[in-house]
Amino acid sequence: MAIHIDPLERKWIIMIAAIVLLTWVLIIYYAAVQNVHPPSNVEVIDSSRLHLASGVGGGEFMEDNLGVHRDPDGLLVVTMVAARYGFYPQHIEVPVNTPVRFRIASFDVLHGIMIPFSNMNTMVVPGYIAEVNTSFTKLGDFPLICDEYCGLGHAYMYGMIKIVPKDEFKLIAGVN
Amino acid sequence: MATSSRVINNIALSTETTDSTNKLVFWNFFVAFAAFALALPMGAYQVLERSGMFPALENALVYYSSTSTHGVLMAYVLSTYFIMGFGYHTAVHSLKQKLFSLKFAWTGFWISTIGVVLAAIPLLTGNASILYTFYPPEFAHPVFYIGAAMLIVGSWFWCVVMVVSTVQWKKANPGKPVPLIMYGTVLNALLWLWTSMGVASEVVFQLIPTSLGLADTLDPGLSRVLFSETLHGIVYFWLFPAYLVMYTILPKEVGGKLFSDEMARVAFVMLFIFSVPIGMHHLYMDPMVAAGWKLLHMIGTFMVAVPTLITGFTIIATMEIAGRLRGGKGLFGWLKTLDYQNPIVLASTLSLLMLTVGGWGGVINAAYSLDALIHNTQWIPGHFHLIYGGTTVIMYFAAAYWIWPKITGHQLFSKKLAILQLWLWFIGMWVTTMPWHYLGLIGQPRRVDTLQAYQQAEELLRSWDFSMLIMNFGALTLLISGLLFIYILFMTSRQPAVNEAEREVSYAVAIHPPLQVPKVLNSLAFWNWAMLIYLATSYGYPVLQFWFIGTPESAPWGY
Repeated sequence: MAIHIDPLERKWIIMIAAIVLLTWVLIIYYAAVQNVHPPSNVEVIDSSRLHLASGVGGGEFMEDNLGVHRDPDGLLVVTMVAARYGFYPQHIEVPVNTPVRFRIASFDVLHGIMIPFSNMNTMVVPGYIAEVNTSFTKLGDFPLICDEYCGLGHAYMYGMIKIVPKDEFKLIAGVN
Repeated sequence: MATSSRVINNIALSTETTDSTNKLVFWNFFVAFAAFALALPMGAYQVLERSGMFPALENALVYYSSTSTHGVLMAYVLSTYFIMGFGYHTAVHSLKQKLFSLKFAWTGFWISTIGVVLAAIPLLTGNASILYTFYPPEFAHPVFYIGAAMLIVGSWFWCVVMVVSTVQWKKANPGKPVPLIMYGTVLNALLWLWTSMGVASEVVFQLIPTSLGLADTLDPGLSRVLFSETLHGIVYFWLFPAYLVMYTILPKEVGGKLFSDEMARVAFVMLFIFSVPIGMHHLYMDPMVAAGWKLLHMIGTFMVAVPTLITGFTIIATMEIAGRLRGGKGLFGWLKTLDYQNPIVLASTLSLLMLTVGGWGGVINAAYSLDALIHNTQWIPGHFHLIYGGTTVIMYFAAAYWIWPKITGHQLFSKKLAILQLWLWFIGMWVTTMPWHYLGLIGQPRRVDTLQAYQQAEELLRSWDFSMLIMNFGALTLLISGLLFIYILFMTSRQPAVNEAEREVSYAVAIHPPLQVPKVLNSLAFWNWAMLIYLATSYGYPVLQFWFIGTPESAPWGY
């Protein structure tokens, strides 16, 4: 049994289908070809033992290992802890137009982290490592803002990131 | 076909049935709008507090307590009770039969209402300042979760009454299409049953046991995935009755007929099936869900655009036909002939305008690759205030103006004031949410009580100032409008009685009212099976994974 569809309505439905199809194609193209994905690494960690070398995911987020460093492949990695009410280390420096990988773990409750005017944005869920791969195109100082309510001091939770020209960037061992 | 609809209309409801239903509808609306009246000034306070222009108001304790209360009352209480009241009214007047069980309906009402009162105590005393999303491992007082669970359970009673009443009608009227407004209402009841499963399991299996100390730890990742199953469907649960007013009440009020009954049904079933199993677009930025699942949910999310755009077409076409019948000419000339002094006509027009812009914002949120720019920024409250507070709630107002004289028997206090109230709400919503959208784009986070803390980012801070000034005017306009709404309803109860003819309830007829519709557009069982399969596909693995990925769980924290 067919339903009654007005000719004008039929045209409109074709247009809707085209709009939806185009949106899908664009998003899937950027995902599949340009590798544009949201942070989705599904990696667990024991949030209550970040300071210890043992346990699930142990060692990576010990105090001495926080900050900016290069992994064996030469990629810049920023290892951070989110804890009420700050990001540690509180100041970091990375070069402009260079791939950077953020690895962040929560020490306590749910946090978020975002840098204005960039696509650096992730939730930091206790029990999981949040990983974001990005590169910054603008020079200057930007705040790293906690963007998920984490308690009464939430509005005070932020750190700073300095994006510097490539030739001014120096990697300092340990805390950067 | 004219004969058959006349026959249906001739079945008169007994006075006893209408009176007992009116009482039930009235008290559901009463709770809805009482919650609204309480939450409204809190919203205005939060805007003023957050703007930083009134240092005397600044207080994080009060801010988060009131924000949590505002969210719970507006999003869960106003919406759920309005929908329940409207549904009971619809079931009786469209099916022309008694409710399946009045006693059952009242039981649900009382379970929900006791739940609301229980939840309100910790909320108002600052013992549940964890916002209306209550993400663990931060914990509120256990009474908050118990109250919330009772609100949900009570609303399920409403769902049962809607479903059983419809099934009874279908048995008595084999092969006939369920009246359009009731088909939408019963699909919305089923939608709520399916979509509330996520938050209900989170509250019952994780939050209540942990808050009572019966469980030591929980997995916040699982909580977020379960909550996301509710988080998008619930928005359509709120929006559905607004659409139903446009489809089945507006055409008569605007002076015409509904453009298409069948396409309305197509839109309803699509709203049902595509609004629930797609909630993971709320988790794009979450680390515990793999990219493929997010992409799958993105595809489903954009399918919701189809029924939304069909609705836009049908409603505007309906209005155009009425405008031309009233002598309107030219491409847009018909718009001038419509009666904007009619609250339903005005609210529908303003609602569609807000839906157009709010929906466009929603497309940005749903875009897998764009979400990172606006996730958890002030853009998000801008978006949902425009879509829910604007598009949806303005239709709740108009529906209340339409229904109040029918259920109370008193004339509407002042149509002119009602029109002014709707305009103020519309203007207030733009002036509030446009700065919020913009603030989100220029990097302002949501959910903060003050913005003065980011002192090391002075330049960024100052770039927010102008928008923060503007939003104050929007919030005050909304406050005035909301109070005016309550005032109009209150004064209506002191007005002289309306004549009986004006209490008559009837719904719009389509240009081609269908004598029969394809079985699938009149079915409930088929769509339930479809939902089960779609939901199992999109949520099965992402939920089950928590039983084997071995997350070290979190202990509960205060706030």
